[in-house]
Amino acid sequence: MKVYVPGDSAAKSVGADDVAAAIASEAALRGLDVEIIRNGTRGMIWLEPLVEVDRGAGREAFGPVTVADVPGLLDGTLDGLGLTDDLEWMKRQTRLTFARCGVIDPLSLADYEAHGGLAGLRRAAAMTGAEIVEEVTASGLRGRGGAGFPTGIKWKTVLEADAPQKYIVCNADEGDSGTFADRMIMEGDPFTLIEGMAIAALGVGARKGYVYLRSEYPDAIAVMTKAVDLARKAGVLGADLLGSGRTFDMEIRVGAGAYVCGEETSLLNSLEGKRGVVRAKPPLPALEGFLGRPTVVNNVISLATVPVIFEKGAQAYADFGLGRSRGTATLQIAGNVKRGGLFETAFGISLGDVVNDIGGGTATGRPVKAVQVGGPLGAYMPVSKFDTPMGYEEFDQNGGLIGHAGLVVFDDQADMLQMARFAMEFCAIESCGKCTPCRIGAVRGVETIDRIAAGDAGAQELLTDLCETMKDGSLCALGGFTPFPVMSALTQFPDDFATKQEAAE
Amino acid sequence: MTRHAAAPTVAELSDLIAPHLHLEGPLLPILHALQDAFGHVPEAAMPLITEALNITRAELHGVMSFYHDFRDVPAGRHVVKICRAEACQAVGGTELAEATLARLGVAWHGTTANGAVTIEPVYCLGLCACGPAAMVDDKVIGRLDSVRMDALLAEAGA
Ligand SMILES: Cc1cc2nc3c(=O)[nH]c(=O)nc-3n(C[C@H](O)[C@H](O)[C@H](O)COP(=O)(O)O)c2cc1C
Ligand code: SF4
Repeated sequence: MKVYVPGDSAAKSVGADDVAAAIASEAALRGLDVEIIRNGTRGMIWLEPLVEVDRGAGREAFGPVTVADVPGLLDGTLDGLGLTDDLEWMKRQTRLTFARCGVIDPLSLADYEAHGGLAGLRRAAAMTGAEIVEEVTASGLRGRGGAGFPTGIKWKTVLEADAPQKYIVCNADEGDSGTFADRMIMEGDPFTLIEGMAIAALGVGARKGYVYLRSEYPDAIAVMTKAVDLARKAGVLGADLLGSGRTFDMEIRVGAGAYVCGEETSLLNSLEGKRGVVRAKPPLPALEGFLGRPTVVNNVISLATVPVIFEKGAQAYADFGLGRSRGTATLQIAGNVKRGGLFETAFGISLGDVVNDIGGGTATGRPVKAVQVGGPLGAYMPVSKFDTPMGYEEFDQNGGLIGHAGLVVFDDQADMLQMARFAMEFCAIESCGKCTPCRIGAVRGVETIDRIAAGDAGAQELLTDLCETMKDGSLCALGGFTPFPVMSALTQFPDDFATKQEAAE
Repeated sequence: MTRHAAAPTVAELSDLIAPHLHLEGPLLPILHALQDAFGHVPEAAMPLITEALNITRAELHGVMSFYHDFRDVPAGRHVVKICRAEACQAVGGTELAEATLARLGVAWHGTTANGAVTIEPVYCLGLCACGPAAMVDDKVIGRLDSVRMDALLAEAGA
């Protein structure tokens, strides 16, 4: 029998390693022939450690499994959840980017190929650069790192730039709270990212790639490093990529704990070994990026979605979605939520459906108060905005942003003044220091919110002015978008700011 | 974490620096290699780095001080990073962190009197659906509560 115990760090963080060890020793005691596979996570994080047992009739799910459950699991007396593929959470998804995650052994290239891996790269290897770029453009794929910029247009700029060397840089800095899709796919299906980067390289004519991976993800670093090594040995990377006669190789580089290094130009400076200060644009990284050369900088999910676009065709991908948001959103449901995890579905589902229907409301069972969408620079969405469909333009029209598609749910005990204060504090801590409105403004922001808390009536107007200054005078979205969480808290939840004031009077 | 008791020799330091010199942008990999080996970037390594990369001492200091990860003095024997970000706040992370700091009698970045544990804030570990979360050295821990936190700290010798 085969037993799947996720090696994903979320699963490990709640005891998956101990469960795997117990399964091995209990199986030995019973003389059972058990093959343990450390897969990625299926994304049902509330059920982790989620163990799957395959006795020949499909994969049956159990979870959360504790060490004490293991004897029953092996004896067949532990209550299960049914076949994994039949679970509501799985059936309701459209898994394109995450099709293999949690299914395969992350470090088995054979398993990867058996599940459709490398089909896209093989197809791309027979195409010209211009055809590859056209395919990505036709898919409608937009950057999943936050800004939603059309990936095809970015690649076209790099393709048309003339330079002795070009680069593919994968942004794996995933600093937004509430997001873990990048981590999950790097740990659960690393070859997908490698394949996506290789297709990008063939498209724009790059021979070298880097994954800039945050140091807070030691498990993802280990898996990606091994996967690159295996891919190189198998000829998926290297001097003669899959026998195409073309060269592409890549390295994993580790960040050093700076949130701003997720901003693409700061990332490039960091990769070059400099302070991670944001660069003014122009020049665009597509023209003058890493070491001044044309560089594609794309998020992990953007790049990891490229293989399935080439495997199934651009149109098949573009057929999903809403308006100008084509394909699937890899939603990360987090915070105070009953069913937290990764849920991939076509753009267009409403915020309320994600939180209440899929997420099941709060974990505490109390009413939802707010949902921060898009990380620390994203707005707090009140329940009155739950009709907003998941789409770039649709969120924009409702004063929010989708960003990297992370949702952090808060119940009615959340203090929105404190959340606004934290947004300012975070900006002050992580500011790269280049612009005064960000560097100094954020510090003043914390002080001003403290004054509001202490009952200073005039301070609210001051905070509003300060946010305007930060919006207008900041070079990048750290200083420029911190006003989103702050002002959404202030305007949507005025009671949290007023009560303090009255209480102090 | 590997930690050398005696002060590192020039040969030891050079052995850690040299393998990275052919890289495009070698400075961060060098600093990580040194910190992985010694728990901090030893003072004795500074002139070797500036010479090998042809940068000034001020430039090196500028880079070291920009990043939260790098330290020029040793931390405690174990580093416990507690997530302060929004998703963990939504499930009681702030209360847990404050209680932990109070119990140990340290502030953020502080080290316990016996030198066992340094407590650092971290802004997201990607464990946002199973918070509150923390990391002890390189080991991730989710669904923390005060009982599990106490057990972790005891194990780390705090
Ligand atoms: C402060 C800040 C932090 C960012 N962090 C990330 C990040 O962690 N990951 C990411 O992919 N993009 C991040 N971005 C967006 C990048 O600048 C850039 O838009 C993205 O990497 C482009 O890739 P994409 O087009 O595939 O989304 C950040 C931007 C800012 C301003
Ligand atoms: S807004 Fe802040 S983080 Fe962005 S460039 Fe300016 S100072 Fe740096």
